[in-house]
Amino acid sequence: MRFTTKPSNLSPASSQAVRVNRLGDFIDRTFQYWTIAPLIITLLLLVAYPSIQLIRMSVSEVDIVKGETVWEFVGLKHLETAMQDPVVPVALKNTLVFVIAVVIIETFLALIISLLVSRSKHLVGFYRTVMLIPMLVPPIAIGTMWRLMYDYNYGFINQALALIGISGPTWTADPNLAMPSIILVDLWHWTSFMFLIILAGLESMPQEINEAGRVDGASESQILRYITLPLLRPTLVTAVMLRTIFAFKVFDEIFLLTGGGPGTATEVVSLYIYDVFSKQFRLGYASFLALGLALIISLFVIFYRRIGRRAQG
Amino acid sequence: MKKFSIEPIFRHGYLMSVVAFTLVPILFTLATSFKYFRDIISGSLTFTPTLVNYQRLFDPSQSNFVRLTFNSLVVAAGTMVIVLVIASLAAYSLSRFRWRPLWSGLLLGTILFIHMLPPVTFLGPFYLIARSLNIYDTVLAVIMGHIILNLPTATWILLDFFAEIPKELEEAAMVDGATHFQSLTRVLLPMIQPGIAAAGALAFIFSWRDFLFSLSLTSTPRGMTIPVGISSFVQEYSIRYGEMAAGAFFAMIPALLLVAFAQRFIIKGLTLGALKG
Repeated sequence: MRFTTKPSNLSPASSQAVRVNRLGDFIDRTFQYWTIAPLIITLLLLVAYPSIQLIRMSVSEVDIVKGETVWEFVGLKHLETAMQDPVVPVALKNTLVFVIAVVIIETFLALIISLLVSRSKHLVGFYRTVMLIPMLVPPIAIGTMWRLMYDYNYGFINQALALIGISGPTWTADPNLAMPSIILVDLWHWTSFMFLIILAGLESMPQEINEAGRVDGASESQILRYITLPLLRPTLVTAVMLRTIFAFKVFDEIFLLTGGGPGTATEVVSLYIYDVFSKQFRLGYASFLALGLALIISLFVIFYRRIGRRAQG
Repeated sequence: MKKFSIEPIFRHGYLMSVVAFTLVPILFTLATSFKYFRDIISGSLTFTPTLVNYQRLFDPSQSNFVRLTFNSLVVAAGTMVIVLVIASLAAYSLSRFRWRPLWSGLLLGTILFIHMLPPVTFLGPFYLIARSLNIYDTVLAVIMGHIILNLPTATWILLDFFAEIPKELEEAAMVDGATHFQSLTRVLLPMIQPGIAAAGALAFIFSWRDFLFSLSLTSTPRGMTIPVGISSFVQEYSIRYGEMAAGAFFAMIPALLLVAFAQRFIIKGLTLGALKG
């Protein structure tokens, strides 16, 4: 590779060239700051400023009258509203049920799948490829696909059940089955995320330890119990914490499949905030709820960093 | 000699059932998208394939899907370019220069944190910003949201790639009299091309598949993207299964292409935060 030398070494030093060169030198010496500047500006405009706005909105009534934003300071009024809002505890409970269920089931399934894949010599690439698909397709497409699957009359599931003489339920329209139906869709979507992390953890494990165990006469289940799982613990802890945090983001599939219904059977926090924001157009109250959700997530993140450090250290 | 074991049969049998569970909804949707309505109702395994659903979807007189596809492409490409510029410069700066841990930690911590926040927390402020900048219901408003969505992953992927380049290469260029700018554009960026491809592909896909920002920052086909179009299909015309399926399958094509051609680059990006504390 060849590089042209700086112009100053070649051209006669006219005063203009010197000035340009000084500027060039200055930029070169401070290049570190020029290259980080776009990120900092973006974070100031699209994170710091919106955060301040969010806090401001959560203690105000905000309305848009003839294209002008009208602010009215109301203090902690939204806190009182939230305490009396019957949907808030339901949405919190549903979110908690959803998060706990999907995290536990997905971890368990992904652990089994990745253990089985890591023992295989054939088809590993094929399994990994197939498992990647659910993570990349649009969640709205996932919701649509499962709507077609769950459809009472023409859906795959009920048509398959009809073949063996069972008339299927209404799935997402049944108050008792709506949440399990949503959870099943989430398993389809997110188990592969846990699988990819756990498989990476398994593959980075030194094989000699398993071999040593085998030489010492340990059975396969003993190797799993006393060698593999303890070594996998840090990976599992990270995967579980991360999945928990991400599970709070759930929105698209529920929006499409049930819209939070029937009744409030699948109403989760994200969906309710969107409803308050968009359908009821209560910007201040929606922001207050959003701030509450952000605080819950922050606590989880802090907790996660603590646990993560302990698991690794 | 190794004794015969039936364990592999069970193992691959179980894994194949996982594969089937993953593929059945996609294949059922694909099949539905090629069916006449009468075949959708009959539920028989055999059917006469037809392109009528796709034709209706892309007929401008019957649906605005063409316009939404155009918007989706503009939003995804715009987001990808902006995110790549910001993230590659920042990753370069953070990995090739000495920063006080306080500053680099603050920046990387903020990025990781916004990656973990539910996007719904940004809605209110972003709505007001879009209103006051007069970009509500345009692709610009959606791009604004998608930058925040994609900046963390892109920065992290590129940091990894920059970190793998030995310092000596850059120093050699400097000795030859190159400026930092020249060494960045002629030595470092060409070397991290795979990283740029991975970060760019993921930014494109995650912008393409986002629903919430487009849903809340647009109200007409002027700025709407494909996912919002599909969702309105599903809600308004719950009987038009064929078009629903065609729209959903069409929206999945970029993801399927990426899985087919670039998967080894993207696993790292998808598991961001797990492989880094």
